[in-house]
Formats: sequence, C-alpha cells, structure tokens
Amino acid sequence: MAGASKAVVDSRANLPFVYRQYSPEQLRGVLHKMYLIRRFEEGAEECYTRGLIHGTMHLSIGQEASAMGVCMPLAEDDQITSTHRGHGHCIAKGAEVSRMFAEFFGKTTGYCKGRGGSMHIADVAKGNLGANGIVAGGIPIAVGAALSSKRMKTGKVVVSFFGDGANNEGAFHEALNMAAVWKLPVIFVCENNGYGMSTSTARSTAVKNIADRAAAYAMPGVIVNGNIFSEVAEASFKAVERARAGEGPTLIESKTYRHRGHSKSDRNRYRTKEEIEDWMANRDPIALFETELRDFGFIDGQGIQAIRDAVAREIADGIEFAKASPAPEITTLQDYVYTEHA
Amino acid sequence: MDAAVRELSYAQAIQEAMAIAMDMDERVFLMGEDIGVYGGAFQVTGDLVERYGTDRVIDTPISELGGAGVAVGAAVTGMRPIFEFQFSDFATLGMEQIVNQAAKMRFMLGGEVSVPLVMRFPAGSGTGAAAQHSQSLEAWLGHVPGLKVIQPATPHDAKGMLLAAVADPDPVMIFEHKLLYKMRGPVPEGHYTVPIGKADIRREGRDLTIVATSIMVQRALDAAATLEGEGIDIEVVDLRTIRPLDRQTVIDSVKKTSRLLCVYEAVKTLGIGAEVSALVAESEAFDYLDAPIVRLGGAETPIPYNPDLEKATVPQVPDIIAAARDLVKGIR
Ligand SMILES: Cc1ncc(C[n+]2csc(CCOP(=O)(O)OP(=O)(O)O)c2C)c(N)n1
Ligand SMILES: [Mg+2]
Repeated sequence: MAGASKAVVDSRANLPFVYRQYSPEQLRGVLHKMYLIRRFEEGAEECYTRGLIHGTMHLSIGQEASAMGVCMPLAEDDQITSTHRGHGHCIAKGAEVSRMFAEFFGKTTGYCKGRGGSMHIADVAKGNLGANGIVAGGIPIAVGAALSSKRMKTGKVVVSFFGDGANNEGAFHEALNMAAVWKLPVIFVCENNGYGMSTSTARSTAVKNIADRAAAYAMPGVIVNGNIFSEVAEASFKAVERARAGEGPTLIESKTYRHRGHSKSDRNRYRTKEEIEDWMANRDPIALFETELRDFGFIDGQGIQAIRDAVAREIADGIEFAKASPAPEITTLQDYVYTEHA
Repeated sequence: MDAAVRELSYAQAIQEAMAIAMDMDERVFLMGEDIGVYGGAFQVTGDLVERYGTDRVIDTPISELGGAGVAVGAAVTGMRPIFEFQFSDFATLGMEQIVNQAAKMRFMLGGEVSVPLVMRFPAGSGTGAAAQHSQSLEAWLGHVPGLKVIQPATPHDAKGMLLAAVADPDPVMIFEHKLLYKMRGPVPEGHYTVPIGKADIRREGRDLTIVATSIMVQRALDAAATLEGEGIDIEVVDLRTIRPLDRQTVIDSVKKTSRLLCVYEAVKTLGIGAEVSALVAESEAFDYLDAPIVRLGGAETPIPYNPDLEKATVPQVPDIIAAARDLVKGIR
C-alpha cells in the first residue's frame, strides 16, 4: 500500500509507526477490516449454532490485530499460507465475506466451491494459498512459494502463518532451515495464543519464546504484542523489506490470545475463566486499536459507528448471498480431483 | 455373566479397556495430543488423567512423527504404550516410525526385540471435517507386514480387541470410526479379549454374504433387516481384522451363500474389498459363486466438505440395499 504524504508524516512524528506510515483513510480501513473479521466469525458461529453450517470451525476472535498487522505491508500479489484458524488471515488478505460464507454453507459460489469449508478457506486470486487442516502443513509450502518467487523473479513475498503448536512439528524446523540456507523471501509468523488446543506452550515447548527458535536457523527472531496492530504491522513491514531486499527470512512471534475455545467442542478445561475474561476485557485488539485511533484523532464516535454499521450490512448481505447460492450437484462429486484436460 | 453386561458407548468401552489395561500392568501408559485434561478430541481418554496422573496419561506436543517414535522406543525397551493419533489422517505424519521402524524392527534385528505397541486412529467421514480429517487409511497400514490392523465395529469388540492388542507382543493399529464413538451396546465388565485375526458372523443368511468393516457393518445389518422384508436373507461378516485376514470365515460364508458383496468406506480402488474379492476368487469358494463379486467402497475422491457430497462419497444404507438386491435378483 502507498505511504502517507510528507507533510502528514511530519505532523505525526511522535506517533507509533503505522500512524506515520499509513494514511488516516488506510488506518480507518484497518479498523473496518478488524470489525469485519470479528463480525464474520460471530456470524459464522451463530450460523453454526443454528445448524446452518456443519462440521467444525476454529475462531480467531481476539487475534484480529495480528492478521491485519501482518498483511498491512503486503501487496495484493504477495502470498500467504494460513492455518485451521484462518478466517482472519483470509479477510486481511482481501477476501470477500460473501464468498467465505458461501464456502461455509457448502455452496458452489464459495471460494472452494463447497469442497473445503472453514478449514480449507482460500482465495488464491488474492494470494491466499489456503488455510490448512494439518498443523504446520502450510509452512514448507510457503517456503516453496518463496522459492518460486526467487527463481521466477516475481518479487513476491510469502508469509506463512502458524500457531505456537506448529513449532513442534518437524515441518517447521525443516522449512525454516531451508528458507534460511536459500535466503528466500518468506516471513514466518507464529501467532502464539498460548495454547495448542489444550496444551500450553509451557507444557509443549522447550524454549520460552518461539522467536528463540530463529537463532537455530540464523534468522532474526522478533517478538511483538500481537494485540497491538501498530506493533505487528511495524515488525511485518521490516520483515517484508528484508525479504524484498533478498536478505532472507524472518521469524515473527506475535503473542496473542483466542477468546473462544479451540473449536466447537472445547470445554476450556485447561485455562481459567479469569484468564479469558482478562484478555477480553483488557487486551481486546479491536478496542485497543479503536482507542488509539480516537486518541490520535484519526476517527470519532460517528466514524466508528459508521464502520460498525457498514460491517453489519456486509455480514448480513454475505449470509444472504450464501443462503441463496446453489449447492453443488452430486454428479460433480469427482470434479477437481485431477486437472481437467481441455 | 449376564449380570455383568451393561450398555456402554464405543468411546466408553475403549476408555474402560485402557483403564483395565493400566490397572493390570504398570507398564501400560497412554500418549497423545490433548488426551489429558482435554480428554481427547473425541473424549475417549476422558478423565483418565485424573485417575492415572500425567506420568501415565501423557499429553505430547503436536509432534506426530516424534511422538510415534517415542512410543516405538518405549515399547522396544519394556513399556506398553497406547498411542492416540488425534485423527487417523495424521498417521501420514507418523508414517516413518510406523512403517519403517515399528513394523520392521523385530524382523530386521532377527527376532531380538518385540514392539508391543498399540496405536489408535479415529477415522472416517461423516462429521463435516473435510478432506484432511475424514480419511480411511487402514488399507495403507494393512499393506505392511509386521503390523496388525483391526477395525472393531461394536463397543463390545472395541474393548475386547483393545485388551487383546495390549496383550499382543507386536504392533497393533486400531482404526476407530468417529461416528461409532457414540454407538451404544452391551459390554461385559472386567477383563476379556476378542481375538485379533478372527472375523465375526454378525447375521446368518443364505442368499448373499456381505463382508463389511467398521461402520459399514452396522449399515450392512440395517440393509439386511430391510431386505428381510423382501424375502432376501443376508449373511453379514464383520471382518474386524484386516491384517491378518480371517480367510476361512469369508470362504465358508461364500460357499454357503454363493454371492459376495464387499462394503467398506475407504476409497474403493486398491482397498480391502479388492483383497477379499481376490481371496475368494483364489479359493475353492470361487466355484460356488452364482454372480460376479461386487464391491461398494468410497468414491475416487477426497472427502468433500459439503454434507450432501460427503454422504454421496461413501456407501450408505440405500446403496447397500440396492446393490444387495440387484446381486440376489441376478441383475448383475
Ligand atoms: C498434524 C496435526 N496434528 C494435530 C492436529 C489437530 N489440531 C488441530 S489445531 C491443533 C492445535 C494447534 O495449535 P496452534 O498451532 O497453537 O494453533 P491454534 O489452534 O492455537 O491457533 C491441533 C492439535 C492437526 N490438525 N494436524
Ligand atoms: Mg496456539
């Protein structure tokens, strides 16, 4: 995205990075998208509860600043690989909620034509190579995309999102090593929400910070507060610059928290109610960003309300679109297994 | 004996078997992802961690390859691990240790060691979990000498076969269909075993043999009940073990009925149905056949998310009814 003009930048000299780097309009757009992610997931959750959507889903409510911050400095043709908790990444990278809802409803108008559902949500045209049902499954794929970028000289940067749980899979270690050895334009973003399903990082991971793993692969390891949009976006910006300059990969650890259970069948036995409530009440990424925008004079109450109203309409329209869309014919069961020959 | 039989769910039956195994043998312990305080993704381990502690109900990091290997190493050196893959699909991540190590270690070392390892795999479609959480990969492992592969279809067999697996000196892979976990049925209290390698005739009949596995056993029984009303008398063989196969039970049944329908959820091609068909074709039962052998298996596609497509991907009761009817009426 384009930077702000020089005069505007000077007047914001003491503000955090993003307020200097991006225009007020762009920043209001970020708030809009953070709301869009939140309301999309709330809408999906409600549809699930009402039996309109089947299967399961993993909500990223509480992690919106991380998805938005990481994607902020990416260009439209930069690419990402995402995770089972991937709705936020998908929206942050530019997907339309109507086609996401359609996918959740199993319709042909969905991003995966009803074949993938929540866990495989993707938007290849916007550079999202897909969520993934396999923990750490997307990490080496991102390295491969970065290899393509380098060999084909496309200039694309690739971001691989994954959770704290994924850092104990072999694929994580093998992928980081190759990316470093080959100096590939890839950014590894660990969204550390404290738990892999029920297992806290203290019980699963030998190092205190996932970013400490970067040392083993000779790349920078950066820790950010994943609930503060500005912090995440700044780290991502630097990592993108480094990648584009051919200096190789970065590992960013974005420390955050998921408000909801792991999936739709979680009884939250492994964490306390107080812990969840504390994060919701005191560190909600949308509330934090909204307050900053207001304090710095980028938006007022009316502006916020306008965003909320617009988002509510988009969500309602998206669900209507999904409901009205056609379901795939049973006769198409074997479509897309192999590439069709013309 | 009857007084000691209660109704349990399939999941409860497995949990009870694991508790009995741990009570009977200090060496038995459980390993897997989120099997402790979470109780397992399908609540099969439930509250066992409260009863047996975190030393015997071990939550692993999300590390299937390493976890499977740790289980192999512990098994070879005197322990009796029961390793849970959270979904059978993740066997693909543990494959190296299962196929190259667990299955072959005794052989490669000339019989100097055994690998008394049990692995549990929640398998199958029907939950809307899409292509990477719904597969039926049992035939993959069934292809590997050194492994034993079982698919209990009832709560009774789930408990008895798990206890047989724990007592077995060799690696036993248990595929548990996720839709069976809530199925209820009679389960005896206390310790008992159901032998590995022995099929079960779940329903006797004269007109057609259906050889089914796992959840397809119940669907075959439902189909048989419907067709009984049309005067078609079906025998349902629950294979229970796919390695080693109980060839004789299948052969004897086909000799009696002269018709064979194989029903299984995994992708049809190169699946267990091919093996069962071949074993009949190679046996004296071949001469008794009055009709071509028919297989009903999964479509040649990954499992789709859309619920109607998902259902259409694997055999359902009406599919079995139609195939059985056609076979008996000589339409095929
Ligand atoms: C290879 C593999 N193992 C296990 C699972 C089951 N599973 C799905 S998500 C998850 C937890 C992942 O934790 P983390 O990487 O921290 O991501 P989060 O869910 O916290 O976003 C587990 C165990 C899986 N999908 N794939
Ligand atoms: Mg996590």
